[in-house]
Amino acid sequence: MAPELTSAAVPPPGPEDHRRGKGPELIVYADLGCPHCAMAWAEISSGEATVVFRHFPVASKHPRSPALHAAAEAAGLQGRFFEMVDSLYEDRGRVDDPHLWQRAEALGLDLERFESDRRGDAVVARVRRDFESGIRAGVTGTPALFNPGATLSP
Amino acid sequence: MIAAGEPAPDFTLRNQDGEKVSLSDLQGHKVLLVFYPLDFSPVCSDQLSIYQEVKPEIEARGVRMIGISVDSGFAHKAFQEALGIDTPLLADFEPKGEVARAYGAYIEKVGHANRSLVLVDEEGVVEWVHESPTPLEIPGANLIFDALAGGS
Repeated sequence: MAPELTSAAVPPPGPEDHRRGKGPELIVYADLGCPHCAMAWAEISSGEATVVFRHFPVASKHPRSPALHAAAEAAGLQGRFFEMVDSLYEDRGRVDDPHLWQRAEALGLDLERFESDRRGDAVVARVRRDFESGIRAGVTGTPALFNPGATLSP
Repeated sequence: MIAAGEPAPDFTLRNQDGEKVSLSDLQGHKVLLVFYPLDFSPVCSDQLSIYQEVKPEIEARGVRMIGISVDSGFAHKAFQEALGIDTPLLADFEPKGEVARAYGAYIEKVGHANRSLVLVDEEGVVEWVHESPTPLEIPGANLIFDALAGGS
């Protein structure tokens, strides 16, 4: 069954979202392989807002993006989601598998579990769920920022 | 811009591999024509990349998606490879913009098409159109799915 991809409002931040920071919520649809996102990331995550991170990998344009998003999710399963995102955006040149293992080790992750999680269906489905919510909201480029109050008020 | 209910003007253009493609060859399928300004302009690149990510879902609804711009087939081939996309790209190259003009999607003063989507039904009749307010504005893929949900 093909997923529903018709127009829909940006889903409000929920318990399953990755969140960091204080202050008003800012929903960010981002691609971990995207140079524009990397440039914007420092400002987005400066602490002025609660960042709600949504996955939006554009694989055709950035072929490593699916692997990077899966790695961030797998790190998140060990409580280090944003640390992995920060690491990937800070150093965009080293994104092959051995580099991901190095990053995981540097974050103190259980490497065996990281490897199995990042290749699992659950992680792929989690990333795709965010991506599809972005498509339904009309996201056509990254980073795409939404203020939940503004976009969701009637 | 052409309107829903009008017959879609037939055309024959060469694709990125130099092969001739006619709209009439695709009769029996729904066809989504994606008119865009130019290969390698950053905004278009995002548009076709995003559509590529939901191409399986578009095709699952029985639709063939085709991109059309005034660029040559050689540029289209390089553009496809640069974006990592396999959406066929047709060269509306000579006479320049003739097909875009037939659909009312051509902007004379700049010499390329506006960002316009045209959904053609199985019988070759225009079912839905979307014209961007400006070439800088990308129609979200959600609009395509809205059209497919409403038109069936």
